[in-house]
Amino acid sequence: MVSIAEADTEDLSRESRQRAVRRFATSDAVFKNLTRGAAILVLVVLAGVAFSLVTGSFLAFKTFGLGFLTTESWNPVKENFGALAPIYGTIVTSIIAMVFAVPIGIGIAIFLTETCPRPLRRPIGIAVELLAGIPSIIYGIWGLFVFSPFLQRTLQPFLIDTFHGIPFLSSLFAGPPYGIGVLTAGLILAIMVLPFITSIARDVFATVPAVLKESAYGLGMTTWEVTTKIVIPYTRVALIGGIMLGLGRALGETMAVTFVIGNAHRITPSLLAPGTTISASIANEFTEATGDLYTSSLIALGLVLFVITFIVLAIARLMLAQMKKKAGG
Amino acid sequence: MTVQSLVPPTAARDENASRLANQPKIELKDVSFFYGKSKALKDISLTLPERAVTAFIGPSGCGKSTLLRMFNRIYEMYPNQRAEGQILLDGENILDRSQDLNLLRARVGMVFQKPTPFPMSIYENIAFGIRLYEKLSRSELDGRVEQALRRAALWEEVKDKLSSSGLGLSGGQQQRLCIARTVAVQPEVILLDEPASALDPISTAKIEELIDELKSDYTIAIVTHNMQQAARVSDLTAFMYLGELIEFDHTEKVFTSPSNPKTHEYITGRFG
Amino acid sequence: MASFAARKAKNTIMLSLCVLAALIGLAWLFVILMDLLIEGIGGLSFAVFTEMTPPPGEAGGLLNPIMGSLLMTFIAVMVGTPIGVLAGTYMAEYGRHDKLTHVIRFINDILLSAPSIIVGLFIYELMVRTMGHFSGIAGAIALAIIVLPVVVRTTEDMLLLVPDSLREAGTAIGAPRWVVIRSVAYKAASAGMITGVLLAVARISGETAPLLFTALNNQFWSLNLNAPMASLPVTIFQFALSPYEDWQSLAWAGALITTLAVLTLSIVARLLTARKEDR
Repeated sequence: MVSIAEADTEDLSRESRQRAVRRFATSDAVFKNLTRGAAILVLVVLAGVAFSLVTGSFLAFKTFGLGFLTTESWNPVKENFGALAPIYGTIVTSIIAMVFAVPIGIGIAIFLTETCPRPLRRPIGIAVELLAGIPSIIYGIWGLFVFSPFLQRTLQPFLIDTFHGIPFLSSLFAGPPYGIGVLTAGLILAIMVLPFITSIARDVFATVPAVLKESAYGLGMTTWEVTTKIVIPYTRVALIGGIMLGLGRALGETMAVTFVIGNAHRITPSLLAPGTTISASIANEFTEATGDLYTSSLIALGLVLFVITFIVLAIARLMLAQMKKKAGG
Repeated sequence: MTVQSLVPPTAARDENASRLANQPKIELKDVSFFYGKSKALKDISLTLPERAVTAFIGPSGCGKSTLLRMFNRIYEMYPNQRAEGQILLDGENILDRSQDLNLLRARVGMVFQKPTPFPMSIYENIAFGIRLYEKLSRSELDGRVEQALRRAALWEEVKDKLSSSGLGLSGGQQQRLCIARTVAVQPEVILLDEPASALDPISTAKIEELIDELKSDYTIAIVTHNMQQAARVSDLTAFMYLGELIEFDHTEKVFTSPSNPKTHEYITGRFG
Repeated sequence: MASFAARKAKNTIMLSLCVLAALIGLAWLFVILMDLLIEGIGGLSFAVFTEMTPPPGEAGGLLNPIMGSLLMTFIAVMVGTPIGVLAGTYMAEYGRHDKLTHVIRFINDILLSAPSIIVGLFIYELMVRTMGHFSGIAGAIALAIIVLPVVVRTTEDMLLLVPDSLREAGTAIGAPRWVVIRSVAYKAASAGMITGVLLAVARISGETAPLLFTALNNQFWSLNLNAPMASLPVTIFQFALSPYEDWQSLAWAGALITTLAVLTLSIVARLLTARKEDR
């Protein structure tokens, strides 16, 4: 038996429920669309970046055509611009960086996952990750004031003397030792991407199922054999993805390189000579660029860099995603 | 243990028998459920009477939890899950597209297998649901929180630490907190999805006692893999197997003289 | 198969090389930090925090670039965080099973590691060119675009770690999805999401390239967002490449301050999530 008072409160609560339900329907729709809008904004940002680079570089490509990509000359006075030297510099410095950073980075990762005493693993791992977060301008200022003079005194004279008279190598390491130059920039980049590659390689190695490693050890394999025959093949795709990610970083890195490369728009066989990269050219010249064509040419350089890094990063992400799928499933 | 020992004593049986005459609360008419293309439940029809406990038993994968998750349409949270047929709650089809899901869930509460306290204080865990639908003064809200905690037999244990985190409680206490949270919204139906399977025997006993008290006010549906539990707490029992309803009858009948040989095999422990 | 002794020797040699790699790698990084510490402390003084950037050949401080950096960072976080959190929320909650989410995740990951100088060019085209001059707000927006993908990524990751059972429980008491997200999922994921914001701040506190031609630089005290604004990284860049010793020493001091700020932020962020994991 329901009393009148009870029936009243029941009606009241039913009514307030109805009101709440109507409120929820609106607020939930608003919030959902808000989040969706924000998510789409991420796409808009990338599209905006691409669009602004294309429109900004329109004048340069209209003037020079695709020859812009294959011309070495960079002459602000005569307003004649070509991207070949910065493209060359970008690729060469990145190659140097990867040549050093990949084996050392993977070596450190192997050390961290296999041989490092357990109590040291976490602290070293954390140190590596913290170092990966140090801003590139720090590497730049150190490279300019400490590393370049050091190389000028030690490594560069040594290389020049050692390879003197040997064909090819003598032109690769032709003097004078400036300190700054392509090699120095490449080495700074190597030091910069090293912690990055190390921490990715370590994370990737950690995805190898323990059972797999244990059964390999069970067969009597040595640690090195387990690493080269089990761990690396198992993680190959993601490892390459991680290296590509590091490469993407090296290609686009600006400040560390700008300090030490010397900003010379020419291609010389010698790694000891000053050169330039795409990002260093933009950083050095953009605010001083006079005339629309000059500015447009620098933005065109930016477009080239954007396209190169987009491709490299896209491949890297696809490879890493493949690994994630494997580890998840 | 013999089947006989699972049956409640005569006095309780009489009381339970009277509940079965109650009004129907939930009626299922030819209900099917699909995960993508696979049919998980096949044309199920049954009626849950008001203010009675209906238990769903069967081997794992038989669809008993799936069935429970249809009563508040919680499956709608995931894509590719879909129901067919009619589920009438007080005569209204809740599978209808016009049914507001939030309102349905306020009317049909649910407690899950693992305790799921929200990452907030004990007080807030309860008040959260109340505030959704009602604007109350602080003292009214305090009263409702206390009432809900008392209802879940948790008040005495937590009244001095209402502002500490719900995550700090023991498993059994957490589960009773979840029951209190459900009761606080003042639902009409409470769904219990293996509510005691993650708990120790003492906590389980407390939960069962609670179910017995709650059924005077609420229509309760419980999924359990524990047959003794079903026999102890329920008025009606539905035995399900491979997505089909094999037998649905008074609990006493199901456990003493099942009409289907499959049911008999299951309750005597031949499989499951 | 090679003999056991040969295999064992190879193992020892190669693993020793790995140890060597670790020593070399860590030694370089250690050297950099030591040099930074020595040179930076040499340039550090009370005046660094109280005086403006000096003209060449005079003593001074870094007060205006420090304030500029703080202000632009603050605005960047205020703009980038809400958008990033909302976008990450869509990906982990409403749109978890959408195709759109896969596309956004892919694009976001690319933005995450895209060269920051390109962001500078974008904002130059978008804001500096249309406004007709360099400005602090353009610098802040450029930084916000770098904050965005970091926050999107951590928000999505952290929300995906929140168990579905918690969402079901919230939904089961009749809460609409957005209340479940706001009151349950965000609360459960809060530590990780704050970590994401801190890491984003760490990331932009050293960013130079996106500011070079958006905020430019300013030798004088200015908090006017509509005018060029000094920042620590750009000042370091300019002073380090100058021939003046006073400026160079201020550049070192600035580099030390930036590094300490970045390291502190990263460590705090790490502690926040570490404590969460222990529980």
